[in-house]
Amino acid sequence: MTSAEAADKAARLAEARARLAALFASAGHVPVEPAHMQPAGVLLDLYGEDIRGRSFIFPDNERLGELCLRPDFTVPVAVMHGDGPGWDRAAAYSYIGPVFRRQEVPMQRPLEYLQAGVERFGDTDRPAADAAVFALIREGLAALGVENGHATVGDLGIPFAAISAVEMSESRRRGLRRHFWRPGRFHEMLAAYTRAAPEPTPMRAALLAALDAPDPAAAVAGLANGAAMVGLRDIDDILDRARVLKEEAAEPPIAEEAAGLIEAILAVAGPASEAVGQLRDLATGAGVDLAGPIDMLERRLAAIDAAGIAPETLEFDAAFGRNLEYYDGFVFEIVSRRGASGPPLAGGGRYDAMTVRLGAPGPVPAVGGMIRPEAALAAGGA
Amino acid sequence: MPETLKLGLPSKGRIQSHTIDWFAKRGIAIERTGDGRDYSARALGIEGVTPVMLSAGEIPRELAAGRIHLGITGEDLIRDRVHDWQRRVVLAQKLGFGDADLVVAVPAFWVDVETLADLDAVAARFRARHGHAFRIATKYHVLTRQFLRSHGVADYRLVDSQGATEATPLHRTAEAIVDITSSGETLRANSLRALSDGLILHSEANLCVSRTARFGENARRALDDLAGRCGLGEVPVG
Repeated sequence: MTSAEAADKAARLAEARARLAALFASAGHVPVEPAHMQPAGVLLDLYGEDIRGRSFIFPDNERLGELCLRPDFTVPVAVMHGDGPGWDRAAAYSYIGPVFRRQEVPMQRPLEYLQAGVERFGDTDRPAADAAVFALIREGLAALGVENGHATVGDLGIPFAAISAVEMSESRRRGLRRHFWRPGRFHEMLAAYTRAAPEPTPMRAALLAALDAPDPAAAVAGLANGAAMVGLRDIDDILDRARVLKEEAAEPPIAEEAAGLIEAILAVAGPASEAVGQLRDLATGAGVDLAGPIDMLERRLAAIDAAGIAPETLEFDAAFGRNLEYYDGFVFEIVSRRGASGPPLAGGGRYDAMTVRLGAPGPVPAVGGMIRPEAALAAGGA
Repeated sequence: MPETLKLGLPSKGRIQSHTIDWFAKRGIAIERTGDGRDYSARALGIEGVTPVMLSAGEIPRELAAGRIHLGITGEDLIRDRVHDWQRRVVLAQKLGFGDADLVVAVPAFWVDVETLADLDAVAARFRARHGHAFRIATKYHVLTRQFLRSHGVADYRLVDSQGATEATPLHRTAEAIVDITSSGETLRANSLRALSDGLILHSEANLCVSRTARFGENARRALDDLAGRCGLGEVPVG
């Protein structure tokens, strides 16, 4: 790159940052600057071990913990909001700055890139807040020259509601919710629930039998062949798990139709304008009440329509967002055009449940969205 | 002095003596030079080869960076330590020693945990009772993460352990481990047991070729000579 090209690129980026800052401010957002380095514990607990593999982590010798370079802004901004005067208030923030991620093969994506976005807390009219964030992010992209990006939208509240609504034990629901983010495992679990329990291994059969012994703890310990009890997990942990296993073994298979409904809901994809009808038909056909979350989707799409974005131009994908472990409602992503490769230009979603894990007394309405200015400039050429 | 073929060899341990024997059978004598406490060596019986004594753990990185042309190290280390390894290193030949299984192991008295699915279920319940994430100690971070992800195990934290990994459950610094085992003796001695579906990789020592090193005329000639004697096929090198 010549020095003239470098100067031009820097000027374009500075202009882009200024436009986004002005846009976010005019929409009532307070600019914040979370630290680049964040305590690793909170972030990794929320993102899971897979993101840890993509984070830059180093020891924090002073506090005997670990620090990481922020992999995004959502968690740091949410933590900052909760640590301030508390969760019970509405607030809207904006940010612009670099985030850092190790990239898996192939090494085509940058390790450090800008994100510019907003996070909003406490808006009780959730569909309106979802639509406002989505419209604002679209406007931000337009300000960088991307007028007609292709948007995919989803709503994780709907599959989660279906898991809660169909007939099965609470422990199976917990298992499905937990593995929702790992579609392969989720699909296997759901299929396994429809079948009779497999023949137990000899050890498993002996373990379940040991629960009926006069002294179950001694009987379970006797199965271990004299192996020393090392580690934190003790005989009580094993007995607890054995009781859960016994309950699970006694559970009848769930109905094929129940599993089929969950899979069918996750397979709904197409123009967002048709999604509401398709989802209602599936729920009605299965005799399951999903009116709450489907109404929410309908109201959100109406609010997006009222903001001047026609729902038929949005692609709905009910399974979208399954790699983003902290979202639990509306999710979206915008690429430059349908089928475009490379990272999305923008994305975001709703994460009310995460606020509880960060210390809120109950789920606080929380929704955000971000733009990648460098990618947007490259795609739009403003 | 013309550029020679740099051959990275393990600087100590059983893998070093096996390596020296393996080359000796092919007419190449690796001799330590100096007073035996430094790490210099020479190769007799072949032209243009310079042995470089390195810790076994450094050989993958040196191969990936192209600072050595060839190296002897375990497949486990290549796969774990070298980012995008297929692009950087060729596992040219298995050497028939240094056999080891990389396994997921748990305390043997966990009679309720036989499989990865059990491990996942236990990890899910662990935090509520013990106040922190389920910890798995290992030095094989990349292979462990890939394996657990592909088998749908969640809610764990990796804890780095560069030595005495088998003792971490006893010392309560981890709940489970991922480590190499050859006979299972060390696992048993530490009251651990591998999961029935917990084999991540069967590894052995390999003669590895760097895809990033520059092979000059001399190095190329030495490689061809070595390849002929060691029965390597055509080696794709730059």
